[in-house]
Amino acid sequence: MKDRKLILLGALAFALFGGGCANVKPWERGTLTDYTMRPDRDPLAVSQAEHVFFSREATYGGRGVGGGGCGCN
Amino acid sequence: MNTLLLKKGSALLALSFITLASAHAGWKVSDALPDLGAQNLEGKLPDSLKGKVVLVDFWASWCVPCAESFPVMEKLHQSYKDQGLVIIAVSTDEKSNDMQKFLKKHPAAFVVVRDAAQKLVGLADASTMPTSFLIGRDGKIRHIHAGYRAKETPKQYTAEIEALLKEKP
Repeated sequence: MKDRKLILLGALAFALFGGGCANVKPWERGTLTDYTMRPDRDPLAVSQAEHVFFSREATYGGRGVGGGGCGCN
Repeated sequence: MNTLLLKKGSALLALSFITLASAHAGWKVSDALPDLGAQNLEGKLPDSLKGKVVLVDFWASWCVPCAESFPVMEKLHQSYKDQGLVIIAVSTDEKSNDMQKFLKKHPAAFVVVRDAAQKLVGLADASTMPTSFLIGRDGKIRHIHAGYRAKETPKQYTAEIEALLKEKP
């Protein structure tokens, strides 16, 4: 009985997680290579995100610049 | 009872993995090139490929190495077309417009067709873009190039094509 439950659980997990695996073939990557998929397509948004990142993560040495995390540099 | 169930379950799981793995069987060296005329390709194919050395190249307009390979294939076409080399570049672009734009930038005198349904490239199971198959005069695949490397691939193409052209039909 216990084994049956285990198998059922395994099958359920396989169906749940296996179904989420999409195998994108090399010739189907046209959409992924589109310009709109680039994270750096908007220079202003990138510079803002970068400022926040290096200010907030500076205490961990984010981007290699020292700072106290105040966002003032 | 439980062990039987376990055995059945694991056999089923193994079978599903085998089915998944066998789905990746593409063209291999020494396989015969299938009839390209029966693949619903857009564009005009040569009337006959019998006795020719054929380079079938799968490419896409968004692929940077493909763009690098076009001038090289053009040179190969101009140098060896009279000796029996046929280059067939199969575009895998979903939109015809993308292919046309690419061809304006990278003009090609060799044969260019489009595999709109991506059926042929699926059969070939190209492992990357571009992937090319070099077919000998006997109609069998002799060399496979996965990807294009500017330093190596042109030299390999030239050496292999010259050797294949020397073979008797």
